[in-house]
Amino acid sequence: MESLPERNYLNDPRGWKSWIFTLDHKRIGMMYLAFIMASFVLGGIFAMLIRLELLHFEGRHLMGAQTYNQVFTLHGAIMIFLFIIPSIPAALGNFILPQMVGAKDVAFPRLNLASFYIYVFGAVFAVYSMASGAADTGWTFYTPYSATTNTSVISMTLGVFILGFSSILTGLNFIVTVHKLRMPGMTWFKMPLFVWGLYATAIIQVLATPVLGITLILLILERLFGIGIFDPAMGGDPILYQHFFWFYSHPAVYIMILPGMGIISELIPVFAHRKIFGYKAIAFSSLAIAFLSFLVWGHHMFVSGQSQYAGMIFSFLTFLVAIPSGIKVFNWLATLYKGSISFAAPMLYAFSFLFLFTIGGLTGMFLGALATDVHLHDTYFVVAHFHYVMMGGTVMAFLGGLHYWWPKMWGRMYNEFWAKIAAVLVFLGFNLTFFTQFILGSKGMPRRYYNYPDQYHSLHALSTYGSWILGLGFIIMAVYLIHSFFRGKAASGNPWGGLTLEWTNNSPPPKENFLETPTLKYGPYDYDRPLAEGQGD
Amino acid sequence: MIDPLPKVKEIRKAFMEHTHEHAPHLAHHFSEMEQQRESAKLGMWIFLLTEILLFGGLFTVYAIFRAWNPDMFYNAHKHLNVFLGSINTIVLISSSVTMALAIRSTQLGNRKRTLIFLAVTLFFAAVFLVIKYFEYQHKFELGQLPGKYYTYTGIEGNNPHIFFSIYFMMTGLHGIHVIVGMGLITWIMRKTSKNIFSAEYYTPLEMTGLYWHLVDIIWIFLFPLLYLVG
Repeated sequence: MESLPERNYLNDPRGWKSWIFTLDHKRIGMMYLAFIMASFVLGGIFAMLIRLELLHFEGRHLMGAQTYNQVFTLHGAIMIFLFIIPSIPAALGNFILPQMVGAKDVAFPRLNLASFYIYVFGAVFAVYSMASGAADTGWTFYTPYSATTNTSVISMTLGVFILGFSSILTGLNFIVTVHKLRMPGMTWFKMPLFVWGLYATAIIQVLATPVLGITLILLILERLFGIGIFDPAMGGDPILYQHFFWFYSHPAVYIMILPGMGIISELIPVFAHRKIFGYKAIAFSSLAIAFLSFLVWGHHMFVSGQSQYAGMIFSFLTFLVAIPSGIKVFNWLATLYKGSISFAAPMLYAFSFLFLFTIGGLTGMFLGALATDVHLHDTYFVVAHFHYVMMGGTVMAFLGGLHYWWPKMWGRMYNEFWAKIAAVLVFLGFNLTFFTQFILGSKGMPRRYYNYPDQYHSLHALSTYGSWILGLGFIIMAVYLIHSFFRGKAASGNPWGGLTLEWTNNSPPPKENFLETPTLKYGPYDYDRPLAEGQGD
Repeated sequence: MIDPLPKVKEIRKAFMEHTHEHAPHLAHHFSEMEQQRESAKLGMWIFLLTEILLFGGLFTVYAIFRAWNPDMFYNAHKHLNVFLGSINTIVLISSSVTMALAIRSTQLGNRKRTLIFLAVTLFFAAVFLVIKYFEYQHKFELGQLPGKYYTYTGIEGNNPHIFFSIYFMMTGLHGIHVIVGMGLITWIMRKTSKNIFSAEYYTPLEMTGLYWHLVDIIWIFLFPLLYLVG
């Protein structure tokens, strides 16, 4: 067995203290990764419990209605705030971004470590809330119910408030890193598209998250002191809460998807061995999505009593988001055209992304249409839609990125055969779980309901069976990744033939990222040039 | 192959080699002081932007409820003490001036004057909080409290408790920022007295100054919105 490079960021310096006080962005990224994967497992267990309950096997219930409400709230809150939002930026982004721009670290390494511990601190509150009478409000914490229920809304929202700071600090760090720490010669349009994706994400993190912060503070004060801002009995307005909440939470949806799109923009050219098509269009569409994300929050409130005119404008603006999203998808497809595609595991996830995200995006158009939304809002159609975007989009991209950079992180390869099996199982299981929910929703099954009439049973059962296939895929993935972590074959510095700067390094990279001065030999996607020059490295 | 300019090559060399001479406050991942200073400044401005958005939520709440209850806001604001509010405005503006003078003194290399100006800034911040304390205490006694704790009966109009909810939230959040600022100024004073700053390196002092000016500016918006409604 080949051995790993003698000196790398994992063993230099040694000792647990050198890890918990580390200022190295790579180590911080990996610590994030550990916590994020743990959150994913926790949120996943709640998801399986939800599906198991809804199976209504032989007409029996697995849990009480109150418990069910708490379980789906925890599933949502953990998956959104502890897993998806930090997943790509804080874990993969932290690890890769400085390497991609040829820097030794992010701009503020101490702030980076602080943001990790703030994340852990916020997670402690969120987990504590589970033990102290978990919130049963849904992850949106809508007033007036969230102001009156006697479950532990305060510790959960306080946890989310703290997690917000972590997200802000990561975003701030990335913006400054991209502006000030790019290596000499790396102009804006020589940056890899993943960096563009993270940059657009960071802008949203910085601009939207403080508004969530103040919203949750208002909610907490409403519960503690009855300040009356959201309470109609005291002259307040519960709809105002929804406006505030979605002013953050809709942009947050793009905090989740934009970095995923960035990863796909890396995977497709590498595994199609072809220069990315429409580099600038992809880069600018990320910024366009970030900009539009702030103007569409009202589409969550078409039926909650906002004015019809506001609804019309929000509907129109929502349709605009389809343009930059479509630009990206068409550019990725054009990149594949006449490429020599290798179907390695990361690329399978990229294909899953293309397929699932497109369905998720298009069904979003159904929901953005005013009249259609009246029929579909708050049904399983919505649940299926956002799972296609969040899980079919972001999680697939995250898994693709995780496999793609796995050899770079640990210097070891995973088992390609099992990785392919897992990718296929996840894809099939996902579609069985959630496509059935589109049908359920269009037939009128409301979301978050504990009980349903018999006519919905067969579709619910199919969905639950799908979740088992999905679960099996993830278990296989966990097994071969853990195996690879300890026993995997040593990886070369550039197992995929990537051209971005992190692949000019050893795997795993040295502590200071680059053993010798990085040079920009090629642009990040110039797959034509090494071939033309007869080198083909 | 992209051929970098000679100057670029030089910077790149400096980037990699740890042997070149380090300025004492230059972190390892920056190649020169200028880059480090610019990064800190950009980061600070982005942070201040998030602060504005945090307060922005409360300003939005204020705008909505004042638009709904213009008469109540007018009646309720008369119960705030304009005289004390004005004094506090003057105190905070003066503290911004002394903060700017402290930075100027460091630029001129005068450590003693820096310390004096920082101490005066700290003193003004304390005066602000003491005056705020007396204002709060007066309202507590009268029962002009937020939300369901509101017991005062002398204000006409719909839901006067909302005005006091907003008043206490806005001034409270601002007050927390003043306290944090006092902590920062104390920290900066310690650093100054240890002779860490010079005309070449005083980034933490400058960042604290930026923060303090933001705290000041937010008050300059709060004062007319809350005290000078009519």
